[in-house]
Amino acid sequence: MEALHETKLKQLELKANQIRQDIIAMLVEAGSGHSAGPLGMADIFTALYFHVLKHDPKHPEWPGRDRLVLSNGHICPVRYAAMAEAGYFPVSELKTLRRLGSRLQGHPHRIALPGMETTSGPLGSGLSQAAGMALALKMDGVSNRVYCAMSDGEHDAGQTWEAVMFAAKYKLNNLTGILDRNNIQIDGYTEDIMPLDDLKNKYEAFNWHVIEINGHNMREFVDACATAETIFEKPTVIIAHTVPGQGVDFMEGKFEWHGKPPNKEEAAEALRELRTLQGQIEASHLE
Amino acid sequence: MNPNAYLLKDILKPEMKATRDGYGEGLVLAGEKNKNVVVLCADLTESTRSLAFQKKFPERFVELGVAEQNMASVAAGMALEGKVPFVSSYATFSPGRNNEQIRTTIAYNEANVKIAGAHAGISVGPDGATHQALEDIGLMRMLPGMTVIVPCDYEEAKKATVAAAEMAGPVYLRFGREKSPMMTTSHTPFKIGQAEVFKDGRDAVIFACGPLVYNALRAALDLEAEKISVAVVNHHTVKPLDGETILKCAHKTRAVVTVEEHQIYGGLGGAVAEFLAGASPVPMEFIGVRDKFGESGRPDELIEKYGMGVESIKKVVRKVLTRK
Repeated sequence: MEALHETKLKQLELKANQIRQDIIAMLVEAGSGHSAGPLGMADIFTALYFHVLKHDPKHPEWPGRDRLVLSNGHICPVRYAAMAEAGYFPVSELKTLRRLGSRLQGHPHRIALPGMETTSGPLGSGLSQAAGMALALKMDGVSNRVYCAMSDGEHDAGQTWEAVMFAAKYKLNNLTGILDRNNIQIDGYTEDIMPLDDLKNKYEAFNWHVIEINGHNMREFVDACATAETIFEKPTVIIAHTVPGQGVDFMEGKFEWHGKPPNKEEAAEALRELRTLQGQIEASHLE
Repeated sequence: MNPNAYLLKDILKPEMKATRDGYGEGLVLAGEKNKNVVVLCADLTESTRSLAFQKKFPERFVELGVAEQNMASVAAGMALEGKVPFVSSYATFSPGRNNEQIRTTIAYNEANVKIAGAHAGISVGPDGATHQALEDIGLMRMLPGMTVIVPCDYEEAKKATVAAAEMAGPVYLRFGREKSPMMTTSHTPFKIGQAEVFKDGRDAVIFACGPLVYNALRAALDLEAEKISVAVVNHHTVKPLDGETILKCAHKTRAVVTVEEHQIYGGLGGAVAEFLAGASPVPMEFIGVRDKFGESGRPDELIEKYGMGVESIKKVVRKVLTRK
């Protein structure tokens, strides 16, 4: 994987900021949907689509692409925004989110939108599908990687751990899990709802390679993805510590923002904050 | 009997073999024809008869342990990469336990996965109700895009397995545990979606699926002695329904009976009734389990007790005739 130079990093930070603005614009237009998760994963999805993944937006089915499975489908606004910014479809189409006839379904549908890879929403089945893809690619001797973005909340589901065991059994070293450790789920904080810690030890006990990172540090994320490629005979999970709602002060860290969109006033405030941040990023890298 | 069905000549003296055995042999045939065929199993390799495939193609066999939900979604992922996965388990677990995974990651995902539900029906016997799937046809029939096939015997199970591998799209295949009469031959026609008239008749028609097709045939043959002429149609593909054959037979006889080893809700009977209600209503009766769980017992005892034996079918045919 290409190293992340300073110029590229600045471009990525600006792109992530743009994607956050897209997310706010989409959600206020749709009038329903999830805010915190998409904002929290904006840096990682930016790094994936603009640096890590081998892909071709003009040929979404290109066999040589890396596969990105989104398991926690409800954060799809971040993927839609990243895909639009990457050129899969016009950015203007983002405003059709959750509308009748839109390709941007409330939870992602593989058939509706080329490049989506899988259908998801019901939690806990993405890692299984990603593992199936990784196993099939290995059977065929194909070297593309499979990435699977997951939430921490869906680690409540037994199926997630079935897939964790399975991936280790079949030594799926072409599989990288990305676990969004944002500590919230719909009903509250994950450790109140169903304690998950210590996820690092749990994954290691299941024979995975584990890398913990700050999920808002794109350099750390890119390095972790590069390291995962060097791990032999084990799948890797990147536990990305993120702040839900990152970039919008009044949403940050609040589980109340898991499953709702901003209203018009809140959206305007969020966009003001994000544009300020945008200015700061631009200025900081000029120094 | 319909000569074009090429049934066993001495239909009253059939050899016995389980439909799951036909699945096992069909898997090997499908695997020989297509290198992308893979078989997934959840700790039931021998009893689902996936063992022969595992021995012949170990590199294409995937063991997942007792994890049917994972199995369904792993299969979906493999299908999206071009494999033709068959997932093998008992029908109570798959499509029972993993129903949502089949719905979302196979059906809605349009993944080319074949789901094989073994040990379906009350004839599972001594294991009891936990292992006797009686609602699986209904569950699978309700999913958009899902093809549902219930083979009547060993030979047809083999053909259905090979045909399922050759068609694009998700398929549910239902198999029984017990040895059951081998009434069809290698010459008997089999095409997904096309019902076969096994016996002609004027007074009533029985649409049946699975090993109970044999009981339907026996009942129809017995009724000849009472001068009642009953047609028997092997309606192996519950979805898509063969509306043309159903309509033709219903118009001819004006009296319909359905026979299946399943709850009378949601299965073949429900499907035929839904179709005829819209196309051409005729008096109809249903053979199947009536809103009850099964229990332990010998398969033949259970079939009798739950009203799916030859005498029960004869009784219901006589009843439907009174309603014409």
